[in-house]
Formats: sequence, structure tokens, C-alpha cells
Amino acid sequence: MIRRTMSIFGLAALVLVGLGILFNGSANVAANTQPPATTEVKIDNFSFTPVTLTVTAGTTVTWTNRDDIPHTVVSADDAKTFKSKVMDTDEKFSFTFTKAGTYTYFCSVHPKMTGTVVVK
Amino acid sequence: MGEKPKDEILHDHNNDGVDRRGFLKCMAWAGTGALCVMQGGVLKSYSMSRISELDAKQIAGELSFVQISDSHMGFNKPANPDVAGTLKVAIDKINGLATPPEFMLHTGDISHLSKPEEFDTVDQILKGASAKDVFYVPGEHDVLNDDGQQYLERYGKGTKGAGWYSFDKKGVHFIGLVNVLNLKAGGLGTLGHEQLEWMEDDVAHLKSSTPIVVFAHIPLWSVYPEWGWGTEDSAQALAYLKKFGSVTVLNGHIHQTMQKIEGNVTFHTAASTSFPQPQPGKADSPGPMKVPADQLRSLLGITDVNYVRGQHALAVVDSTLG
Repeated sequence: MIRRTMSIFGLAALVLVGLGILFNGSANVAANTQPPATTEVKIDNFSFTPVTLTVTAGTTVTWTNRDDIPHTVVSADDAKTFKSKVMDTDEKFSFTFTKAGTYTYFCSVHPKMTGTVVVK
Repeated sequence: MGEKPKDEILHDHNNDGVDRRGFLKCMAWAGTGALCVMQGGVLKSYSMSRISELDAKQIAGELSFVQISDSHMGFNKPANPDVAGTLKVAIDKINGLATPPEFMLHTGDISHLSKPEEFDTVDQILKGASAKDVFYVPGEHDVLNDDGQQYLERYGKGTKGAGWYSFDKKGVHFIGLVNVLNLKAGGLGTLGHEQLEWMEDDVAHLKSSTPIVVFAHIPLWSVYPEWGWGTEDSAQALAYLKKFGSVTVLNGHIHQTMQKIEGNVTFHTAASTSFPQPQPGKADSPGPMKVPADQLRSLLGITDVNYVRGQHALAVVDSTLG
């Protein structure tokens, strides 16, 4: 009797774990097939947040300047893959990353401000 | 001068650089105005409140000019919603100086967003100054979006490269440098190879007794690299000036007065006419510092510079707008 009860509990636990895997699995599939349309980077206190952002190819990243001072977002590579105009307070800049890679960028007005976008 | 004022500092100047106590006292007075004079290797410092007790000859000379900086025309945030108003107060202050300046230096960030109307407004306000000649160097806010083309068209007549130049006034050689273009990710201000080569040639023919004044927007000494307050290749520029007995370096950018003496070189940053910024590392970022409205003018200011022939360095006087 005791053994039987345990096996019932064990079975129930297994079913729960299995459901959990199924649920998580389907959530992951949903995330991969429907990525968020845009991802935000905030500029506060002369820094980019998050300082490193990981996105999937095809994601549009939008930077918003929340400082009292203008900033820019400029790709650090020689080709200047992306380059914003100067952004005053609350102004935004967006760029859609189509190719996988690691993109370092900075504020050309305050070059100590740097950030990275990793595209997978 | 009769009795020595209590506030006077007189310390031996060591070869290893700054007289720290003297330097700090100058700093402490920055809020109310300070006069720091370097004479024969000795730093003298007086609080502005005692200027009237001093012999006028100590602060007057053959050449008098004023430095203003960081007008940020177009800025309208709470740290100062009326930057045109405070620039006008600065001009009134200049027009009220006992010794009228022969000209003005503007060490950049004339505008906030490089908009034509911002430059126009500053030009209009500066026309109200008794000194008609203004010599400019650009700040990073003056060269936004177009790598400084508009700045060059407006202020760069007769200059070289991105707007650097030199001129002579009463035996003093002035060099205006540009260190706000082609900035690299993670880096500081930059002069660049072409400008450095020009500068080397520019000073090569001068006698070592010629007093030199170098002015540029971003400090040419390492004030606080963590906030970008320095210039990558300034050491090379200063190396060209080693033979000169008197070198004064005037900068803006950090919106507060600061002074440092290193060998033959006196470095000085001017206050802004628009808004104050925090002391190095004293805030999360170097953004505009909000202070109560009645204190704002005490943190803004102008810099009056006097050259007395035969003295070892130029006298630099900071005074606040209120």
C-alpha cells in the first residue's frame, strides 16, 4: 500500500516535470519565432543601459536619450555601420540589425560612453 | 602693497608640480572668484574680495583679455532655462572691468546643438561687448552632425585644417587648437597628427622668451579621464612648448574653474556662462548640475587674463556672474 502510493506520487511528479518541459519548450519556440519588434537601450547619466544587448538578427534596436545633454550613437567600426544624428533630450534613434555579429558603438560627443549589441 | 593680506598664499614651487595647498585654496575660492598669479616660480593667490586692497599694478598689465566659455546657447533645461540671460550678464561684467580687455577668447560650446540660430544669438549678444574682436575654438557641441563644416564657415576664416590658428598680440603668441573632432570610441579629446605638425612649425621660429597662450576647448591636461576630461595627444603638443619660459593653457569644457601648474606651464579652465558641472567624480555623471536659482550665478563666470611684461606668467582672474 505504501509502495503503491509512492509510485502514484512518483508518476504524478513525472507528469508534472514532463508538462514543465513541454511548457518551457513551447515558450522557447514562441520566443524564437516571434521576437519582440523593438528592443530599447536607454541613455541615462552618460551611459548606455543595458551596456551589452543581445538580440536575434532582424531586431530593431531603439536608443532613447533621457539625459539633459545631447548624445549620439555611432558604430565604432571604420565603415560606421550605423550613425545617428545628434539626439537631444527624449529623442530616439533606431537601427535594424540584419547580420549576426558583435557591434561596438559609442557617443561621438562623449566617446567615453560605449556599448555593444550582440546579434545572434 | 602694504600689509600682507591674510588670504595670501606664498609657497615654494617645487619642480615636481603643484603646490597642493595653494592649488586647493584657489579651488576653494573658485565659487567666489579667485586671483592666482604665478610670479618667478611662486604661486600667489588672493581672494577676489581683497582685490581692492591690492596695488593695481599687480593685476594690470600691457595686455588684458577675457576668456568666456561654454555658452551652450539653446540649452533650456532646469539647470539654467535662460542661457542667453546669463551670457548677457557675463558681457555686462566684461564691460564693467576696470581694465577694458582688448579682445575676447571663446573656448567653445558656443551653441548647444550646432543650430544656426544658436550661433546667431551668441553673435548678437557678443556684439554688446566693449571688446569687438573675439577669437574662437570649437567645442564638441559646435561641430555636431557635419564634422564642423558650419563652424568653419562661420568662425574659421584664415584658419588651418579644422579651424586651428595662431596670432600675436603685444609680444604674446596665441595658439588656438581644435581637439573635439574625430573622437574615437572610449577615447579623449584629440588634436591629431596634422595639427600637431602645424603647431611644431608654428612655434619653431619663436624666441624662448616669447610668452605663449594656448587655448582649446577640452582640457590639455588630464583633469578626469573617466569623464573624458583630457586630450589623448596633448603631451606631444606640450613637448613643443618646453623651450618657452611662460606657457599659459586656457580651456573650457568642464564648466568650473581649475588650475594646475607644471614646470613652465600654467593650466587653467574657465567657468561656463551657462550651467555648472559637478567636480570630478562627485556625481554619477558630468551632466548639468542643478543648483538653487539664487546660487546659479555664483557658479558661472568669466576669466580675465593680464600680461605684464617681464613677469614669469600671466595673471589669471576668475570672477563669477553673481
